[in-house]
Amino acid sequence: MASLKELRNRIASVKATQKITKAMQMVAAAKLRRAQTRAEAARPYAERVEQVLANLATAIAGTPDAPRLLGGTGKDQVHLLVVATAERGLCGAFNSSIARLARDHANRLIAEGKEVKILCVGRKGYDILRRQFGSRIIEVVDLKHVKQVGYSEAETITDKVLELFEQGEFDVATLFFARFRSVIQQIPTAQQIIPASIPAEVEGPSAPYEYEPEESEILAELLPRNVAVQVFKALLENAASEQGARMSAMDNATRNAGDMIRKLTLNYNRTRQAQITKELIEIISGAEAL
Amino acid sequence: MVAFPFDLVSPERLLISDQVEGVIAPGSEGEFMILAGHAPFISTLKPGIVTVEGGTAPQRRFFVRGGFAEVTPEKGLTILAEEAIPFEELDAARIAQEIKNAEEDVADASTEETRRKAEERLNRMREIQSALGGTVAAAH
Repeated sequence: MASLKELRNRIASVKATQKITKAMQMVAAAKLRRAQTRAEAARPYAERVEQVLANLATAIAGTPDAPRLLGGTGKDQVHLLVVATAERGLCGAFNSSIARLARDHANRLIAEGKEVKILCVGRKGYDILRRQFGSRIIEVVDLKHVKQVGYSEAETITDKVLELFEQGEFDVATLFFARFRSVIQQIPTAQQIIPASIPAEVEGPSAPYEYEPEESEILAELLPRNVAVQVFKALLENAASEQGARMSAMDNATRNAGDMIRKLTLNYNRTRQAQITKELIEIISGAEAL
Repeated sequence: MVAFPFDLVSPERLLISDQVEGVIAPGSEGEFMILAGHAPFISTLKPGIVTVEGGTAPQRRFFVRGGFAEVTPEKGLTILAEEAIPFEELDAARIAQEIKNAEEDVADASTEETRRKAEERLNRMREIQSALGGTVAAAH
């Protein structure tokens, strides 16, 4: 049985760990609130862009001169997977569940004989995926020094993706991230961003629009913007999900540490009691022997 | 004057959602003004100033870095700005930064097409800077 001193040290160290996990939980809770308000603030823009796009796209989709971002390249041989994860760990299954979804998707595509390219956003996803897909990862976007993801980060990522698309490096792009449902539920999601998936139109435009400049020119500007908006939305959802996942993971860790402290304390008290009893027996039996 | 609904949104936030009387926006083919009852209309915007008249304040001005304007009979005018900054938060340093970015874009441009676009943008920013020169300097 462990000595009293050893037990005392164990208890002290578990207590210190518990303090850390507790603090991390509270920090995550505060950050989560901020991330959620940011995700909400971004929603109106994304909705409006989708509406305008839906209005425009129904007019032009299906025609042979539809832009490639909308109509696709006509092939689906090369797939680009944009995998957005966190920069830090200690957030439960958050990173691994996104990576698993992306890995399953990639394996399925490879089995179908398609070519797969991966762009990692966030180090953690890269760390997980490089073991299996090392040579297929074409780029890693590091957001370590970014405190709060803003639209400019989404633009940088989008520019990279669009440049690759212009060079004909891929035909279909899919974005992987975790949709934020609640603190205990984040849903890993795959979303196709190129060619754009147009939401079914709610109601037709009540009157034909006047366009300035040409319809096709507006669409040519709107489509890249739409990709950026989707990426931005995904990054914000991801940020909220990460904090949510971390919060519940740290809550669990704090609770586990509490259980452990209780068990160790019980053990410590028993050992102490046993030792006192032993000493008493020794004294008494010593006195009787005289 | 008749009021109509107007929304100004940027990717990061909703700046205005209000009933206003008139909005002047920098369309890519020239400035235009929207009043109540305008026909359905979509236009791209170039960097410039959006002026909003009426509503909760007599006159509000915003700097936008390009985007879209859409007019529908039901929802009035919606401006989707790439970036929108209220005039009060705007300062000379900000404009100078934009000009620097534009200059870099011109230098980095790989094709004739992108260079032309970047140059256009740079000229536009310089115009704005000189137009603002008085008001911004006075505010600081």
